[in-house]
Amino acid sequence: MCKWLSAFLLAACIPAFAYEGIGRPATPDEVAAWDIDVRPDFKGLPAGSGSVKQGQKVWDDKCASCHGTFGESNEVFTPIVGGTTAEDIRTGRVKALLNPEIQRTTLMKVSTLSTLWDYVRRAMPWNAPKTLTVDEVYAVVAYMLNLGDILPDDFVLSNANMAQVQARLPNRNGMTRDHGLWDPKAKPDVAAVACMHDCVSEVRIASELPEHARGSHGNLAEQQRHWGATKASMAASRADGPTIARRSACMGCHAIEGRSVGPAFQEVAQRYRGRAEAPALLVDKVRHGGSGVWGTVPMPANPGLSEEDTRTVIAWILGEAK
Amino acid sequence: MNGKLARAPENFLDPHQIAQVQAGRRGFLQAAFLSAAAGLAASTSARAAQGDPAILELPAHSKGLGQPVAARPYGMPSQYESNLQRRESPGLTRVGGASVSFAPLQGFFGIITPNGLHFERHHQGWWDIDPAQHRLMVNGLVKQAKVYTMEDLMRLPAVSRMHFIECGANTGMEWGNVAVPTVQYTHGMLSCCEFTGVPLSTLLDDCGFDRKNGKYVLAEGADGSGMTRTIAMERALDDAIVAWGMNGEMLRPENGYPLRLVVPGVQGVSWVKWLRRIEVGDQPWATKDETIHYVDLMPDGRHRQYTSIQECKSVITSPSGGQRLLDRGFYNVSGIAWSGRGRVKRVDVSFDGGRNWKTARLESPVLTKCLTRFNIDWVWDGGPAILQSRAIDETGYVQPQMRQLREVRGRRSVYHNNAIQSWKVAAGGEVSNVQVA
Repeated sequence: MCKWLSAFLLAACIPAFAYEGIGRPATPDEVAAWDIDVRPDFKGLPAGSGSVKQGQKVWDDKCASCHGTFGESNEVFTPIVGGTTAEDIRTGRVKALLNPEIQRTTLMKVSTLSTLWDYVRRAMPWNAPKTLTVDEVYAVVAYMLNLGDILPDDFVLSNANMAQVQARLPNRNGMTRDHGLWDPKAKPDVAAVACMHDCVSEVRIASELPEHARGSHGNLAEQQRHWGATKASMAASRADGPTIARRSACMGCHAIEGRSVGPAFQEVAQRYRGRAEAPALLVDKVRHGGSGVWGTVPMPANPGLSEEDTRTVIAWILGEAK
Repeated sequence: MNGKLARAPENFLDPHQIAQVQAGRRGFLQAAFLSAAAGLAASTSARAAQGDPAILELPAHSKGLGQPVAARPYGMPSQYESNLQRRESPGLTRVGGASVSFAPLQGFFGIITPNGLHFERHHQGWWDIDPAQHRLMVNGLVKQAKVYTMEDLMRLPAVSRMHFIECGANTGMEWGNVAVPTVQYTHGMLSCCEFTGVPLSTLLDDCGFDRKNGKYVLAEGADGSGMTRTIAMERALDDAIVAWGMNGEMLRPENGYPLRLVVPGVQGVSWVKWLRRIEVGDQPWATKDETIHYVDLMPDGRHRQYTSIQECKSVITSPSGGQRLLDRGFYNVSGIAWSGRGRVKRVDVSFDGGRNWKTARLESPVLTKCLTRFNIDWVWDGGPAILQSRAIDETGYVQPQMRQLREVRGRRSVYHNNAIQSWKVAAGGEVSNVQVA
């Protein structure tokens, strides 16, 4: 392709093998050692065989601890076996994929037998990948398919019959490449419009974090900066009075017990406890500052403390600061 | 003066007093020191009333000697930044070696992800591989299968480019309903770095790849999973990079040290880490992570295979879920936008749940298949609000609402959720994750 480029570009036009002294030819043994991939057309599949029975032995020794005796376990990884039927084997489409209640298993999804074979060969067992022999790989793949009622108990899987077994995979017709996320030139499947004004008549909140999930991600306050334009949410972390008091530097001037720069929280509680107007009065003093009650040092305003947090702190001071 | 006394600060004494001292009245001098000390104490206790103690009372760092150079030969973030960490989403996976940690997007500025906070996704654990022992093989439909050492690769003409990397499953937990609280978990399988390496096309050319029949390449990792992904030749020749550099230093082990593939615009799983082999072929490989995982379930029960492009998407990072607004008034609302199809052209922001939109400022640089930072002014009136951002890329594609995606793809496709994110601001300033109908 270089020859029809204009002359001034020729210098930048790089033919194959242009980088003298860079790299070296791979030896056939090196290529064989690494190139173990198997394609859907079974290119790359080594000769060999393994029976369901042999596969069960490998399975029980090396696979069952993670995947369960019947490949059904959901403990460590998602299940391999389950959810496929004789009807699916006939049609090549797994019907249970339409049912949101059924967890998707490997055998429900996999459309190409080469995929199972290649993956077991290259990545299993989990803590000792690439240690199974070729025959063991055939055997263990046969056993998984037997657990899924795709192959009979006496079956021997080999390079000679892989294509026939492929024709029995329950989801072999379940894949599509008819979408816009593979070919850069393909058309996207959703075409939204950038409306600017009065775009929806009603805004309704359809989903919020479910109550049972609110504590699931730990203390969210400890996952945010404690300063800056926004702060960690107190509600999200269920922060209490003492936490807010510490975080908001109240404790720089106040102690719980004993006078420091300002009055002790216990002194404040003694003076105001039981007075109906006290919470609102104190919230105002904390937020906007005050003087003349506890001596000459005035209480500075604390605009950074929200009203809600201030109420929490005041309630704690008046109630149970100790 | 006889010089035996410690030197007093001149301004303790007025000229008249100085004259008295010079006249030899020691008694006065002692009295003056005592009263100066008392005055100091009085002014200290009064200072809280006069202004910010952070200004009035000089801190230790202004009055002492700091740390020397190279006290930390490899620098670390401030101790006050320790809240920003990569985190797992509890319950998402059960095995740390096949899991993901999310980047704390809520704390980032600009578009570059710090190397120590880049999100992680491993399929069978990570390794710290000795670069002297690492090899890259190129084989398949090539005139000459070749082996390259790191030294070989780093002698080749290198490029440095900034690109985002996003896991195909980013935001995947939110297909059905709101499931996680903060932007770290909704969008944190996303990072953006400057990558340095040799264009994949250079290596393919160097091996004399088959231009007629070579339609796809397979990228393979050196880790236990032997991660394999198919990449269409058109992409491989376009802008894919065999990279060793990440933000000016070598890749981190968790991100594929010493060599990874960079496939701009394509989901992270194709950016094979610990890259050991490139094979040229005439068909895709349908590997485990293209057939059993990373396939998108559609409402008709079929799976979309080889879904790869990360479509145009954006999210507001400040304010975002788990944060709170301190008070009413001015805020700089800030977020990031990106597209696997090219540059971000525009970002609009709504403060009323999508009724009305305003166009945000895009900060430079605006690069192809790279994060773009956007900002917009907002005066919070203290009332409830719902914040959304909507990105548009240079192809004209508009980031969709969740409901528009669901109309086509249902709720169970797991991957490629690029819907508009909504953050609810409650009257008290609490910000939380919501979805609007």
